Amino acid sequence: MLNDLLQYLVNGLIVGALIALPALGLTLIFSVLGFVNFSIAAQLTAGAYAGWLANTTLHLPLVPVLIVAFAVAGALGVVTDRVALAPIRRKPTAQTPLMVAVVSIALNMALENAYRFSFGSGLNSFDMPIARDMKIASIRIGLQQLHNLEIAIGLAVLLALFFSLTRLGKAMRAVADNVDLARLKGIEPVRLANLATFIGMGLAGVGGALLAIDTSVDPSTGSRLILPIFAGSVVGGLTSLPGAVAGALLMGVIGELGLLVLPPVYQSLTAFVAILITLLARPSGLFAGSTGVRK
Amino acid sequence: MISYLVFAGTIAGFYALLSLGLVMAWGQGGMVNLGLVGLVGLGAYTSALLSGAGAPIWLDWIAAAALSGAVGVALCFVVRNLRGDYLAIVTLGFAEILRQAETNEKWLTKGSDGISGIVAPLKSYLGNSFPLFYLILTWAVVGLAAFFLNWLLKSPFGRALRAVRDDEQVAAVAGKSVLRLKLQAFGTGAALSGLAGALYAHFSSFIAPDVFIVQLTIYIFLAVTIGGYTRLTGAVVGSIALVALLESTRFLAAEIPGLDAVQIASAREFAIAVTLILVMQLRPSGAFGMTNERSGLHGSRPVQAPCYGKKTVLDDAI
Repeated sequence: MLNDLLQYLVNGLIVGALIALPALGLTLIFSVLGFVNFSIAAQLTAGAYAGWLANTTLHLPLVPVLIVAFAVAGALGVVTDRVALAPIRRKPTAQTPLMVAVVSIALNMALENAYRFSFGSGLNSFDMPIARDMKIASIRIGLQQLHNLEIAIGLAVLLALFFSLTRLGKAMRAVADNVDLARLKGIEPVRLANLATFIGMGLAGVGGALLAIDTSVDPSTGSRLILPIFAGSVVGGLTSLPGAVAGALLMGVIGELGLLVLPPVYQSLTAFVAILITLLARPSGLFAGSTGVRK
Repeated sequence: MISYLVFAGTIAGFYALLSLGLVMAWGQGGMVNLGLVGLVGLGAYTSALLSGAGAPIWLDWIAAAALSGAVGVALCFVVRNLRGDYLAIVTLGFAEILRQAETNEKWLTKGSDGISGIVAPLKSYLGNSFPLFYLILTWAVVGLAAFFLNWLLKSPFGRALRAVRDDEQVAAVAGKSVLRLKLQAFGTGAALSGLAGALYAHFSSFIAPDVFIVQLTIYIFLAVTIGGYTRLTGAVVGSIALVALLESTRFLAAEIPGLDAVQIASAREFAIAVTLILVMQLRPSGAFGMTNERSGLHGSRPVQAPCYGKKTVLDDAI
């Protein structure tokens, strides 16, 4: 029983690490730009497809595949943001954030259907050697999944260093905290907004590629994950980067532990319930007070 | 041809009912309901299951509207103190969970096979003229709903609701119960969604989880945006425009050679989504703009650089 529990815990951390990347991206974009970008699901899928193409046609190994996924998803994220969402942000009213959120859903649908048009609805798998599962004290861990965990944690650490050490990172935190004050100090918010979108969508793309290496990619890969991603972000407070990572890991673990009592088809139910409980009990997130994009 | 038009007209009626609900919650109340389709599904399943258990159809419809309305109020209550984005997330999540429940709770909903043979009112009695009867019935319900909402929005309730939409703090200072107004507006919209779902279930006599997917929510947002998202007239006109657009893309896509069924379907969905983005960019006020609601908040503000959706304290002071 204890072994089972530990196994679920490990599985949950691995799932959570994959969710953490897009959750980080979502939190970053929300903090700097001030709206919820639902099209992150489509960018996750874009990263997965880009990685799949790079892997199956160019036969690239893992790390270049992830770089391609990051670059393609990030670039597509910025381009679609400039083309579809930015014109709507330019007319600020009280309704603007919601308008942009609605349009980002339409953007998500447009991209998803573009993938379906180009690649069909079938599942596409990567051409990577399958490593044998390791066993540590009777707990099974896939080598690929362990790599995923390491990469996700590594990226989160890199991002944290970027935000606390570089000028650009600090400027981004300033914009997230107060746009007017940041502009007063000579920070150009539009350029930073683009950078935030690039990094955020790129992270989602890497998450998508890692996920697709583990399983497969189809046009709805991202949309199926949207609830756990949002849950991770909301549980973490929607503006805190460490919160997003912790929230995503927590969601992964709760989701796996939920399998003890729930049939697997209801895995997103735990995510939804977690969102509801967080909003009812502690709307600012479970980890409010920790430093993040916003302090 | 006539029967095709009657069918399309009835569908337009369902869309109009949904659009009216969305105008109430979004255009007038300022709350985005991205889980519209979940409430539609809830209404449809409630009505289908009740009528399957032998309850009279009029009672099923009332129950569907009441249940959807109550769930809408509950969702809105959860996010009462938070920014509108949270309502969008929660409603979207609700719709997704409900779809999963519809697919998996086979003992109740028959899973992805769906429920078929839902009784239609007076069908055996009317025979061939049933579609026409249902067209008139649907639009009568639309007319009633529009009349009721129009009365509601012209009353002091409507003015207070718009005040809440434009600035909650000012409305609260003026002594309006912001929470109650929001719950009422969102609940009314949700109830109309449930009613539309119930009407649809008894029209098509078949419902399945695949009918209630997020695309439908986007369709309704498009209808409302085309027409003008604050206006009841806009909702009705927009729904008719939406059905015209949906049906014309069907014929158009069939004309393009060399596409398989999946590509045709995805090209149509793509066109719908892009249309919504374009309308939002080029004419966000739609065909029928806001009227008699100018409060100085609109138009007379100084031009600002993009604020990325943040309402700062400074904004409110201007």
